[in-house]
Amino acid sequence: MAKVLVFIDNPGASLKKSSLELLTLARSLGESTVALNGELSDGVAATFAEYGVGSILRPSAQDLDDFLVAPKAAYVAAAAETTGANIVLLDNSPEGKEIAARLGIRLNAGVITDVVAVDPDGTAHKAVLAGSYNTACKATTPVSVLTLKANNVTPDPAPAATSPETGTVEVPAVAAAARITAREQKVASGRPDLTDARIVVAGGRGMDGDFGPVEELADALGAAVGASRAATDAGWISHDAQVGQTGKTVSPQLYISAGISGAIQQKAGMQTSKVIVAVNKDAESPVFEIADFGIIGDVFDVLPQAAAEIKKRKG
Amino acid sequence: MKIVVLVKHVPDAQFDRHLNGEGNTADRDESILSELDEYALEAALQLAEARGGSKAGNQVIALSMGPARAVNAVKKSLQMGATEGVHLTDDALAGSDAAATSLALAAAVRHLGSVDLVITGMASTDGETSLVPAQLAERLGLPQVTFASTLEVDGGRLTARRDADTSSETVEAPLPAVVSVTDQINEPRYPNFKGIIAAKRKSITTLSLADIGVDPAQVGFAGSWTTVTSAEQRPPRTAGTIITDEGDAGIKLVDFLAAQKLL
Repeated sequence: MAKVLVFIDNPGASLKKSSLELLTLARSLGESTVALNGELSDGVAATFAEYGVGSILRPSAQDLDDFLVAPKAAYVAAAAETTGANIVLLDNSPEGKEIAARLGIRLNAGVITDVVAVDPDGTAHKAVLAGSYNTACKATTPVSVLTLKANNVTPDPAPAATSPETGTVEVPAVAAAARITAREQKVASGRPDLTDARIVVAGGRGMDGDFGPVEELADALGAAVGASRAATDAGWISHDAQVGQTGKTVSPQLYISAGISGAIQQKAGMQTSKVIVAVNKDAESPVFEIADFGIIGDVFDVLPQAAAEIKKRKG
Repeated sequence: MKIVVLVKHVPDAQFDRHLNGEGNTADRDESILSELDEYALEAALQLAEARGGSKAGNQVIALSMGPARAVNAVKKSLQMGATEGVHLTDDALAGSDAAATSLALAAAVRHLGSVDLVITGMASTDGETSLVPAQLAERLGLPQVTFASTLEVDGGRLTARRDADTSSETVEAPLPAVVSVTDQINEPRYPNFKGIIAAKRKSITTLSLADIGVDPAQVGFAGSWTTVTSAEQRPPRTAGTIITDEGDAGIKLVDFLAAQKLL
């Protein structure tokens, strides 16, 4: 049976859905251990037990968050060596991928990012070239490092809870790492993160400087807000919201594209979404070629009407 | 300062791209300098210019690894203002994954002598894994600063800003370091006529694996730690129902979401 190590970074008071997905996948592949960074709250410890985690490892050093990536990679590599892990799973966030990258070199292990499913033999599935191909890939090394895209595994507690033991891993010294000298928390929008949201409402040039209707519909649906590059370049919304070739690739259950023409780079960021809805005044917009439901109409009429209707139905 | 900028020749994302090379690699017929690498080059040029440019001994070396045609990414970099071009090319490199690519690039960077900074784009627009900058830093034993949206260098230290979803960070690292920059850092220049003429006089050094002391078995398909076992083109998405708003499209949209159990 495979030994699987899952890296969970600073869970806070409760585990994110993407972490639950990692734990569920890990259990399907073998015996799972968590390498945790940050506090272990009672709630999180209980969830680890509920998800069948065999043991929990914590780093000997407390200052991993003061540096960029390198010490975390050194810690996870040491944890993988300690446990004899065959598979290391991380989330697919930019930081998760970078830790995976360095970990791969430290462990002489192949790294596969953007994974959506893993077979029992370790074969990983992912989409490449902006979602135009589905590929199966495999690490040819004894250890594989995989980063899992959110929303691809249904979180599922173990049939029987475990009582994981807790251990400590000595974090090896890292010769040179960038130090974080200041950190400003952004104002929390209260909306889900774009990369792991189940629903995304994205606006483009057609929003003409006013993202109000996009935000209103997103809030009615409990969705994240996204944007095309035209909208972020125009300064209508923060660059963090950008979806597409040079922004974030999302694959939610539902993607609502509002006032976005659907040029190839924009399609690139969204075409692995399960359901695509498009609203655009221009009937010739390429986005209608890929939409499951398309509305030729004015975003300033359609979006507020839909938001009001959802609120009404939800009572 | 001696700055190496990694530039990659990638299939143009304006066209449909295909995996029909050996071992499911990308078809590179319609290829260009990766758009995201232009930001890296611009960042390097600005750092060099702020220090008196090439007259004051600042070097901006555009380094590309790839087949014969990849030299076009180096040429475009020279036209934009890079002082030197290096093309690492060897048949044995074909099919290299991120681990093998970072191994070859690390050897090439070492071959170039003492370098202050290695600057890369935030991702390639073909593989899109973002793995290479971090793996290069790990192999060279250097600090990495990834996804920098600002970059300043002062007295052997660099300061950069990174924007994550929930926070913005200011980071500092001693030089030498590996930095990847986002498309928010600057507005890349276009090569002008003077730049295009000047580029013709600049030399491009071609390096083989033997030149940088890398065993062919460590790179390419043979040296890669991952393999693509199958690739299938996704069936193109087909258009679904398209309606024209007659005053009730918002309600029809909600009906559709309810029918799909997405409410």
